[in-house]
Amino acid sequence: MTLISYRQALHDTLRSEMHRDDRVFLIGEEIGLFEGSYKITAGLLAEFGPRRVRDTPIAEEGFTGAAIGAAMLGLRPVVEIMTINFSLLALDQIVNHAAKIYGMFGGQARVPMVIRTPGGGGQQLGATHSQNIELYYAFVPGMKVVAPSTPADAKALMLAAVRDDDPVLVLENLALYNTKGEVPDEDLPADIGTAAVTREGADITVVAYSRMAAVALRAAEELAATDGIDVEVVDLRSLRPLDRETVIASVRKTNCAVVLEDDWLTYGIGAEVAASISDGAFDWLDAPVRRVAMAEVPLPYSKPLETAALPSTDDAITAIRQTLDAVARRR
Amino acid sequence: MPSPAGAPTRGGAPATGPDPVLDDEPALRLYRQMVLIRRFEERAARAYTEAKVGGYCHLNLGEEATVVALMAALDRTDYLFTNYREHGYAIARGIDPGRVMAELYGRTDGVSRGWGGSMHLFDVESRLMGGYGIVGGQIPLATGAALAIDYRDDDQVVMCLMGDGATNIGAFHESLNLAALWNLPIVYVVVNNGRGMGTSVEQASAEPELFRRASSYRMPSSRVDGNDPEAVYEAAIEAIGTARSGQPCLLETVSGRLKGHSVVDPAKYRDRAETEALMAADPVAAFAARLRERGVLGDALSAEIDSEVTTVVEAAAAFAEASPLPDVATLFDHTYATPVRNDSRRLPGQPLFPIGASMGAPA
Repeated sequence: MTLISYRQALHDTLRSEMHRDDRVFLIGEEIGLFEGSYKITAGLLAEFGPRRVRDTPIAEEGFTGAAIGAAMLGLRPVVEIMTINFSLLALDQIVNHAAKIYGMFGGQARVPMVIRTPGGGGQQLGATHSQNIELYYAFVPGMKVVAPSTPADAKALMLAAVRDDDPVLVLENLALYNTKGEVPDEDLPADIGTAAVTREGADITVVAYSRMAAVALRAAEELAATDGIDVEVVDLRSLRPLDRETVIASVRKTNCAVVLEDDWLTYGIGAEVAASISDGAFDWLDAPVRRVAMAEVPLPYSKPLETAALPSTDDAITAIRQTLDAVARRR
Repeated sequence: MPSPAGAPTRGGAPATGPDPVLDDEPALRLYRQMVLIRRFEERAARAYTEAKVGGYCHLNLGEEATVVALMAALDRTDYLFTNYREHGYAIARGIDPGRVMAELYGRTDGVSRGWGGSMHLFDVESRLMGGYGIVGGQIPLATGAALAIDYRDDDQVVMCLMGDGATNIGAFHESLNLAALWNLPIVYVVVNNGRGMGTSVEQASAEPELFRRASSYRMPSSRVDGNDPEAVYEAAIEAIGTARSGQPCLLETVSGRLKGHSVVDPAKYRDRAETEALMAADPVAAFAARLRERGVLGDALSAEIDSEVTTVVEAAAAFAEASPLPDVATLFDHTYATPVRNDSRRLPGQPLFPIGASMGAPA
């Protein structure tokens, strides 16, 4: 185990996969000479050259589609889309092509590609650069969408994504890039489609992914210290496929749940999780499933407005306390 | 590549003219393929009206010269990406017409096993890398296939077909830019049939001489009479050679669409004069006349080809009719290539969790 940042874990994994397999190459805007907007690809152009690290013009639809076509011929492209907001320019290629080609042609063509892209607000980047629209991709059968919340998962899920024969969108997060954690030295690809219980607890289930999975752990530690509340945290890790079983098993144990998400509440990932809990654990529930999500506004630039709109650790703590209060009243 | 002095006419093109490009035997082979595609498409239209074929059904009627000549110019190991008007290309590429018809019928023996339908034909062996239903969606994909060839230092070429309407979308321009920047081995072919659905080229494109759009990317381009299979063949050979040397290029073929956009479109937006001009330029009739003039095609041979082609097309329809419909149990077979945990296999009426699974909580 080595203590490294989420950014470093992504960088090191891409580098080692490129050494392992010549078919793996990187493609995207500013990933070579500029070394990546968020420096995930720093040093890789110098090490591997322009054949393996291909800088592109600003043409998300063009280069994402080109990566799909290259994957159809057997290469294993890793596309960087600078932020998930810009993936909208490539929506047709991702949704109508990457996600469809295997099924639409009766299983004759595989698309072994990775799309890496960070989501996340809180950087005062304004409405168009702060969105969490992973739902758009998690909605689509044929896509796989994973969302690491720790450096260890950044490595494990990226390994799995690069070695998978389907299009996998790896949702990174701006606020997580500098976070540090222990990462195994050996290559252990994650099982896509599985959630993880990242903290065991008896009193309440908190379901989250990406940045909010880290927020969930912080809230859990704080509540353990201040209120003696024993929170169980389920990190979804995979948004498609969605591991409902792990969520349901936890809720059947704790009898209540809060979902934390950085996206908008209405129609969001949390809505799917809450509906699934209702399907699978209705009779176990002692309180309605509570969702903590971003305010439903285009995210403003000015700091107090931005902060107010984004879900925080305090919001999570309040929601957990209120849910447990509701449980106590019922019992 | 040379640019033509004048734009070829879409209607009323002369049936005869240039010196033979092809020897008698290959010329007759192309003619036979043109007739085969003509009869296949007519048979497909009939099957559509008989409700044997569902969805949309776009025919190559009027584009037969372009179809067969482009395919004749391409090597077996080259790759082809097309749009949704692609039955003829699949057949000219050597795929059994029965398997193409079976795909239209949604049967298991279809080229895409019944998953694609008319717009989404695919065949690994003949390197038909797909018909694509989203206008222009295939252009970035084809560009990426050329990137893969270049990456592996191979010597194949990609041919990327599109209609005139596709030259107005962003993906067209992004792709040409990438191909030119990276010197990719690709030929973009704009099959200009005069209309994107009901919209004319002149209504839709500020530069209606579509081949000129390539000049924005310093990409060589030319325009050729798409009703003349020998001219298309010659131009395609040159374009493919250019692409194989690492210089992407664009070829525009100009022909007509004899029927509506799809089988159900009566093409009421065309006036009588336009329709008559299209019929007068019918490439199958025109090539037959040219071959007759050369003494290559006579009544007996013509009748023999018609009869043989009719047999092939009827056999294709019979094969499609006899091919089984897919078993519903295969519905979840092609969502993912790499099996994955928690992949949903729920049918619409089924609950997420077994009925009653939510029961039995401790009191």
